[in-house]
Amino acid sequence: MGEYTYSELGSILAMQGFAGISLFSVLLLMALGLAIIFGQMGVINMAHGEFMAVGAYTTYFMSSLTESYLPTLMPYYFLIAILLSFLVAGLLGYLAEFALIRHLYKRPLDTLLATWGLSLIMQQSFRSIFGAREVSPTLPDWLMGSYQPTETIDIPLNGMFVLALTAVVTLGVFYLLFKSSWGLRVRATTQNRIMSGAVGINTKKIDRYTFALGCGIAGIAGAAFTTIASTGPTTGSLYIVDTFMVVVFGGAASLFGTIASAFSIAQAQSILEFFISGSMAKVYTLLALVIILMFKPEGLFASKVRR
Amino acid sequence: MKATSVIKSLTRFEFRRGLLRVVGVSAFLLASLSAQADSANTTGLAVTDDTVTVGILHSLTGTMAISETGAQEAEKLAIKQINDMGGILGRQIKVIQEDGASDWPTFAEKSRKLLVKDKVAAVFGCWTSASRKAALPVFEKENGLLYYPTFYEGLEQSKNVIYTGQEATQQILDGLNWVAKEKGAKTFYLIGSDYIWPRTSMKIARKHIENVLGGKVVGEEYKPLGNTQFGSVINKIRLKKPDVIYAAVVGGSNVAWFKQLKAAGITSKKQTLLTISVTEDEVLGIGGENLEGFYSIMKYFQSQDNPNNKAFVKAFKEMWGDDSVIGDVTQAAYLGPWLWKAAVEKAGTFDVDKVVAVSEMGDIELTTAPEGYVKLHKNHHLWSVARVGKWNKDGQATVVYESELLEPDPFPAGYQ
Repeated sequence: MGEYTYSELGSILAMQGFAGISLFSVLLLMALGLAIIFGQMGVINMAHGEFMAVGAYTTYFMSSLTESYLPTLMPYYFLIAILLSFLVAGLLGYLAEFALIRHLYKRPLDTLLATWGLSLIMQQSFRSIFGAREVSPTLPDWLMGSYQPTETIDIPLNGMFVLALTAVVTLGVFYLLFKSSWGLRVRATTQNRIMSGAVGINTKKIDRYTFALGCGIAGIAGAAFTTIASTGPTTGSLYIVDTFMVVVFGGAASLFGTIASAFSIAQAQSILEFFISGSMAKVYTLLALVIILMFKPEGLFASKVRR
Repeated sequence: MKATSVIKSLTRFEFRRGLLRVVGVSAFLLASLSAQADSANTTGLAVTDDTVTVGILHSLTGTMAISETGAQEAEKLAIKQINDMGGILGRQIKVIQEDGASDWPTFAEKSRKLLVKDKVAAVFGCWTSASRKAALPVFEKENGLLYYPTFYEGLEQSKNVIYTGQEATQQILDGLNWVAKEKGAKTFYLIGSDYIWPRTSMKIARKHIENVLGGKVVGEEYKPLGNTQFGSVINKIRLKKPDVIYAAVVGGSNVAWFKQLKAAGITSKKQTLLTISVTEDEVLGIGGENLEGFYSIMKYFQSQDNPNNKAFVKAFKEMWGDDSVIGDVTQAAYLGPWLWKAAVEKAGTFDVDKVVAVSEMGDIELTTAPEGYVKLHKNHHLWSVARVGKWNKDGQATVVYESELLEPDPFPAGYQ
């Protein structure tokens, strides 16, 4: 390492630190929606990745629309696209709950199968509507390139954007669940469904909105990831494994657990990746997860799940 | 007409005379018709007097549909053009298309269906090495003929396969020589997706860099397929400061890789990057602005300026739409039906053994190929030219270097 100056090494350390934080924000954003649905409702949503893809395709659609009709609005369309992704994915989630999930609440293993079927249907729909090729929306200029605080440090702008978005969404979710009266009803339903119904909470409506919220957040995640990667019909299935890993490791019903787990997985992975090769880093990370889960089967933060 | 086949058709004719008394005159007419067809084709393949049936086997659904769509479009275009010119041996080509569905066992199953049930005279298909390896035993057992379009890792040669893409050494070695000479490159960072093709290619590249070019590999890295996080690798590359990044990242990862390079401030202004996994098809997803100034080594680029290619691009766009792009594999797939036509016409029959025997003479050539002149080598691969293209913002490449006509060498000595 003799040929490097201290400032160069310092810069790389700083950038590597940011790479870890950036991965943390990506994992957290992916897992939040799933954690809400899994944690609050006990439904394993195998189609979570596809709801992300819905968000990504919405963003792509908005980008093409803006480019052809309102090119002057290109710098701003992305923010609207994120909002729309939330609404579209949320609406689809609402419909899915109404048409499919609510009939299967008493059969948790069947929801697993049904949502997996749903994911296949959605994948083929993407293929029919948008084609099999991977697509990328045209990004506004302010999302491209890097921020250079010093001569040798480049911090990716898209990474900073995803980080900020994750922070906003996480705070929003916390506010909704723990400070609003709606959140109070959701938590009450989670803890005791029959009693909640008895005191006048419309538990069916709560279920539907919880599911829609989870899917909507998946939509936001999908929109944000268009800044990092491309979107294809099977993009969702790439993310689903990492997403489940974060949620299960964190403890199925705990949002704090999800955050802690996303952070530890991201840091472990990015630090290992720096010193050994990418594939092996993943192997060691997963190995560590398996060992920890053997001793703590409920995950990092265990709490009550609806029985 | 050869003497043996005359005798054969005569004996059949005699046999059918026996039937005549029972069935009547109309049956006699039919029988003599089929006897005529048999005389041109005694192989049991799906050939009639005026048609010959071939198979197309690519993934139309699943992950690989992205890549394989272009290949099957090109094959259909070539078949249509051949039919418009009057077909092969006076027969129009009929196509039976099957979907490999990005699933390797399905490729084997559909190959068996095409060869055993449909008795096709040739199959144009497969894309990934995994699908080819799955279908290969079927082609060898049923004695079928497969035209395989993708550039691949080499180390294979089957009697029943004609490889119309480049094998690894054709693609890799000249590009490395070029970058070493042109850019004075001494240090290389190798990065690829984690499966057989990038790993074999990188092995060849490393040997060439170390033993022939006298350079140094400062890092070698493989990321799982579908990986979208390159932050740590990019920092590692920064630390090693290689003269050249040599990349073979595929699929959705490819897009993430180039987007994140750009976001990390690594652009062609500061860094030479050479890739063997980006064609015009991939650029659609990656976006020209993220690739501008980086280099690809391929044997074909859509922008190639020659009359063959201009006619090909025009015909392709007329058939498949103005916004379609043509990558290396699409062009190689287009060569398949034409090479088959040349071999069949030279052999005078659709018989697989005879078509293969003619192909193995090593003098089947195409002067009309969009990429330029190609010739079929005894070892079932093509003599072809390696080209280095520099990507522009509009998603097209400018060819900056062309090699000589390179001999295919699927089992390169000293590189294994």
